[in-house]
Amino acid sequence: MQGSRHPIAGKGAAIAALASSQYLRCNNRGAGIDILTKLRLRYSKTDNAKYISHLDLAAAMRRAFIRAGLELEYSKGFNPHPYISVAMPLSVGMQSVCELMDVGLKAQVEMADLPGQITKYLPSGLEISEAYEPLRKFNELKWLEISGILYYDTVPQDICQKLKTRFCASNIEVLKKTKRGMGTIDIAEYVRDIEFSGTSEVYISAKISAQEPTIKPENILDALGGDFQVLAPDYAVFKRIEAFDSDMLIFR
Amino acid sequence: MQKVQKPARYVGGEYKQIIKNKNEIDIRVAYCFPDTYEIGMSNLGLRIMYGIFNEIDGVWCERTFAPWTDMEDEMRKENIALFGLESGDALTEFDVLAFSIGYELSYTNVLNMLDLAGVALRSTDRDDYAPLVIAGGSSAFNSEPLSEFIDLFVIGDGEEVVAPLMALLRNYFTTPALHADAPHINSATVCSDFKSPKKGILKKAFLAQAAKLPGIYVPSLYCVTHNDDGTISEIAPQSGAQLPVKRRIVSDLNSSFFPVDTIVPSVGLVHDRVVLELFRGCIRGCRFCQAGHITRPVRARSHDILVKQGIEALKSSGYDEVALLSLSTSDYEDIFPLCDGLIEWCEPRRVNLSLPSLRADNFSVELMERVQKVRKSGLTFAPEAGSQRLRDVINKNLTEKELLDTCAVAFEGGWNGIKLYFMLGLPTETDEDIIGIAKLSHDVLNCWKQYAKNKSRGVRITVSTSCFVPKPHTPFQWEPQISMSEYMRRVDLLRSAMKSKAITYKWHSPEQSFVEAVLARGDRNLGKAIEAAWRLGARHDSWSECFSFNTWLEAFHDAGIDPEFYAFRQRDYDEILPWSLVESGVTLAHLKNECKAAYAGIKTPDCREGCSNCGACE
Ligand code: SF4
Repeated sequence: MQGSRHPIAGKGAAIAALASSQYLRCNNRGAGIDILTKLRLRYSKTDNAKYISHLDLAAAMRRAFIRAGLELEYSKGFNPHPYISVAMPLSVGMQSVCELMDVGLKAQVEMADLPGQITKYLPSGLEISEAYEPLRKFNELKWLEISGILYYDTVPQDICQKLKTRFCASNIEVLKKTKRGMGTIDIAEYVRDIEFSGTSEVYISAKISAQEPTIKPENILDALGGDFQVLAPDYAVFKRIEAFDSDMLIFR
Repeated sequence: MQKVQKPARYVGGEYKQIIKNKNEIDIRVAYCFPDTYEIGMSNLGLRIMYGIFNEIDGVWCERTFAPWTDMEDEMRKENIALFGLESGDALTEFDVLAFSIGYELSYTNVLNMLDLAGVALRSTDRDDYAPLVIAGGSSAFNSEPLSEFIDLFVIGDGEEVVAPLMALLRNYFTTPALHADAPHINSATVCSDFKSPKKGILKKAFLAQAAKLPGIYVPSLYCVTHNDDGTISEIAPQSGAQLPVKRRIVSDLNSSFFPVDTIVPSVGLVHDRVVLELFRGCIRGCRFCQAGHITRPVRARSHDILVKQGIEALKSSGYDEVALLSLSTSDYEDIFPLCDGLIEWCEPRRVNLSLPSLRADNFSVELMERVQKVRKSGLTFAPEAGSQRLRDVINKNLTEKELLDTCAVAFEGGWNGIKLYFMLGLPTETDEDIIGIAKLSHDVLNCWKQYAKNKSRGVRITVSTSCFVPKPHTPFQWEPQISMSEYMRRVDLLRSAMKSKAITYKWHSPEQSFVEAVLARGDRNLGKAIEAAWRLGARHDSWSECFSFNTWLEAFHDAGIDPEFYAFRQRDYDEILPWSLVESGVTLAHLKNECKAAYAGIKTPDCREGCSNCGACE
């Protein structure tokens, strides 16, 4: 929570600025009547919905399908549950316009209508933008484009230039939690196309490795410790913008 | 926001929350629930009242809950006022703050929420530009401890009071132009665009009129005087206020509001489900039970309406569970057609049916089997007392045989967990009655050994005791509570009598029960103690991790209150009690007769076996 701003940060100026940088894809591929068992939903999770946890998200989606009268595919067994699989769990508090989720659906649906049909039954801040047949498995998702805003109580001189220089280093060691506990990792090759702009607050955009290793926005901030402490923001927010495969093509 | 636990509690935005255009609104209501979001959103009353307020044109009702301590710390640090979840606007921008108060241990949360809202605690310190503060819920049946803080109480069912009250309120708006220097909005709490000064309410005139509506109690219009010994000498109404104040009830549940389209929280609740209210009231007349007495007589919804409402609500919410709510579900006359109707729809859609509040006595094999079709949930029964003698005293019409027969069926049917609730400290309780709890629990265990089909899974029998709290408007309203040391002696006695590892014994802290007993039968003097406790940091007292007994002892001391006067004193039948000004429906004569019958060990039949003329049906 920052300043005396309203606690619903989603209503704050910072978010408005972020929202304007989002772009929606207008790909109508896959339109038409399909009978599918598995389809992929692209959706955004913004404003208040950013606080919905990973677990509660699946429940929200499941309920939206029930409200829409569309039956989901259920697992067999003693305690059946619907087939819902979310790519790359998003940490609570972070927004995204490129979330992906696979669901198993029993019904015949008009693919182009599905996003609108389901979105109207979702809590505010969750919005499905596209439904399509998945082309790749989630484990082939390699890069995530993120944008963010870094806030400084007092903005350091030439901050963008200094940040850029910092991240142009050939070796950027940060402490990172691994399976074996804390360890250091060089994130240089896992953070690409990093850019900074702005004067009163700093806009950041970058592509970060989504898996193996998973780089989080916090890892970028971690690179601003020690000698670079002066560059560390007092507060930062991030948003996921797009998902890519290993060839930097949009992941589908 | 990132710093607090479960931030989703504080942001709203859930499916089916109600957003209205502020320009078309002349009354903004904040429905204030003095406990966490999760507890509040599990409360059917909140969902009903939210729907009823919002059905009225020009009224927008939002929700707000007691922030958890971490959120409170952040709010105070960052100077953020308590806000409505729907709009995010500070509560000072609202016209009415409507509290729903169901238990005494939430009183400090009421004060804390007022303070966090930036609203003065005491009615006398709030001018015509501060929100009107009203309250309802079962605690309104003895509202005296909160009487200095709340402008107006709604006693009984709120459904039919809201519309006339809001209509009346509109007659007493006053424009800010007349009071150019009126303190309107605390600038620290304004989050965005500048608001024009808020209109005020001519409160004194409004309250005097409201006090004439049935079911409305305006504490400032009653003068309460005390004798030297601390008891009440007189309750004198002023300006034509009614005495006694008759509680309101909804006479026909079939035509009353049911929230079919209800908010679906985006954070998981303990009980995330559609709740159907089968009936209000209770035919039983257990002598310790306040809910059973203040909601008499029984008013049922017809089973076909319930099935319809259930299906619609399940479709609208997408929930996968529906629970049947009432004080004693097995007393619902059409329980079988109801269950059949629901199961027919639910089963193919993987929706569970859950039946809380079942009595162990007439819980039939058939009912159990029907529910079992979908899922087996744990069983919970409340024999309340360990011996037949004491169960007769409290008029709990449950025999040992009935309980064991039910358990036999349950164990045979594959259930392997059972919870049994008892109270210690009921009037006339002896050590023998307490040993009886252990005996009964072992009998249940033996019953499992005899009837369980698959013993390899083991059995979990949980026995819980709490310290009896005598409540207003019950036949035991005159009774003393037992001391905390006596309660602990009884706990130790019971503990030493529990001999099996398959039985887990849990006892509830007597300290919370003691504070509850003081507040439950408190008078106006307790307002000072509640405020003192709040100032000393008491919050969320119903949560054992937050409750601090020392804080309360210090608060009673600071306020010059002897808590034992309220908890341990045997009252005379003729004493004017703080809640004497409320007419609960059941006559005083009936309560006295019931108390005498308790001491004589005489049972009173339930309403269906034979009416005992309690007065509630008049
Ligand atoms: S008047 Fe008779 S039937 Fe009505 S609630 Fe009282 S005891 Fe029951």
